[in-house]
Amino acid sequence: MKYSEIRLAGSGGQGLGLAGRILGQAAILNKNEVCFTQSYGPEARGGASRTDIIISDKPILFPNCRKLDILLAMNQESADKYSAKVKERGFFVVDSTFVDQLPEGKVYEYPFTRDSIEVFGQKIVANLMAMGMFAALSRYFKLEIWAEAIRLSVPAAFLDMNLKAFEIGHREGREILNMEEGRIPVTWDRKQPVPKAIRDKFSR
Amino acid sequence: MSGVPWGETKLVQGNEAVALGALAAGIDFFAGYPITPSTEVAEILAREMPIIGKKWIQMEDEIASISAIIGGSLAGGRSMTATSGPGFSLMQEGLGYACMTEVPLVLVNVMRGGPSTGLPTQVAQGDVMQARWGTHGDHPAIVLAPSDVKECFELTIKAFNLAEQFRTPVILMPDEVIGHMREKLTFPKEEEVCVIPPSSPDVPLEWYEHYHSSATGVSPMAHFGSGYRFHVTGLTHDTHGFPTRKVDEVISKMNRLKQKITRRLDVLEHNDIHNVEESKIIIFCYGSVYRSALAAQQILAKQRKKIGIFRPVTIWPFPDRTVKEMLDTKDVILVPELNQGQMIHEVERLTSDSVRVVPLHRYDGYEITPEQLVAAVLEVM
Repeated sequence: MKYSEIRLAGSGGQGLGLAGRILGQAAILNKNEVCFTQSYGPEARGGASRTDIIISDKPILFPNCRKLDILLAMNQESADKYSAKVKERGFFVVDSTFVDQLPEGKVYEYPFTRDSIEVFGQKIVANLMAMGMFAALSRYFKLEIWAEAIRLSVPAAFLDMNLKAFEIGHREGREILNMEEGRIPVTWDRKQPVPKAIRDKFSR
Repeated sequence: MSGVPWGETKLVQGNEAVALGALAAGIDFFAGYPITPSTEVAEILAREMPIIGKKWIQMEDEIASISAIIGGSLAGGRSMTATSGPGFSLMQEGLGYACMTEVPLVLVNVMRGGPSTGLPTQVAQGDVMQARWGTHGDHPAIVLAPSDVKECFELTIKAFNLAEQFRTPVILMPDEVIGHMREKLTFPKEEEVCVIPPSSPDVPLEWYEHYHSSATGVSPMAHFGSGYRFHVTGLTHDTHGFPTRKVDEVISKMNRLKQKITRRLDVLEHNDIHNVEESKIIIFCYGSVYRSALAAQQILAKQRKKIGIFRPVTIWPFPDRTVKEMLDTKDVILVPELNQGQMIHEVERLTSDSVRVVPLHRYDGYEITPEQLVAAVLEVM
């Protein structure tokens, strides 16, 4: 695993602290080094609160992010505020429920919050859905590692819902990769519904 | 989570590691007044300590907090409090009392920007001189500065041990970055951790002297309720603890307070030294700046430029002899600090005029970056 800097940003209460802890836990299960910092106090309740995670094979010395590999932006303010920090070869994952002006660069958009409300009737698992897509697109860890990290990080009573949300995000992420790499998406099988990520792309 | 997760690997916050280190060291009593950025220490202990039947009290302020833990220690419990700059200022009086009455305790001061309430959520290293000289009068000071989460855990245990060993307050000073960051931490197995239990005298009741002068300057301490009689006062006292103005007793007390530290530097001194012998340019740093220094060293190594790093883990007592021996022959010593220059005076004091001691200050609430250090090194090269 090469040195990677990841920022999960959004407004306070979108569950990015938990998402970050899951990512950190996954890195530990994958036997990587990890360093995790988070905005604190009033900053953590604002419109662009952040959780920064650095993952590497070697010990991480400087604890702060400087050039981001991946930015997950769950609202417009954080997309605007942090987009300049993303590396040229890095990419964005944004929640298109709230982000309508996309940052410049390689952007993957998906309406996590809207979908979470549609599927689960509440928006609280939008973070896990986003992490699912993040997991697929980043290709950092195996799926089992992610599942174990989620199991270790969320309360048992909500595990199923969280795993389901993660699974939805992951499936959408896989479809994007399939399309990018020219594979025939498995869900083009007529018996299965076409994932939103693809449907949206083709309807444009 | 409950208790110390012995042997497990987890994503742990610095403050959390301090709290767990205290549990690992067998903390009996915590009294405190939660303050950013040390709140998590109090929070986690408030949750964990009642489960195992230990006492946790939130006091009305920091003066009461340190007073309460002095009482806790005198009654035989291993006691700790945690605070940050403003609270640390309030605790200075009690700290001096604990130094004078030779009460072991652990004081955690997670450093934030100052003076006064300053920058509550941001990093600084502005309290290092206060930790040494904050309370009035000549007094001993043992201060440890961790630079990662693992050290937060280990040095907290060490702080409890040193406090017992030296019968004196020990201050643990992570800075805000270290207190708030989370890192991978593999906890040791329970049997791998060495905890020095509180001492107790074995002499007959009538022979006991609370401030007996032993070879090390420290004698086993009886606790209230154990049957031994002694008196505790902040006034300069004789070996039984009663106030005195007799010249020989005053001198003996003051000398012992100083020498119990200065004669045991072998136990206290703890430095991290990288490439110091073969380099002409040295970075002298402590706390979170050490991480940036290591990163700068790696960047410079790629450019085939060699620098050394000298980092005291125990910042007080200052490693005078080692610094003089190792650094007095160098060309340049760069002293990056998250303040307007505090430890640099110690380095200047110990090096001759031929050594250029160059400061690098940052006091805007952010860390010194490796790039800043690299630029500073290239400038002096």
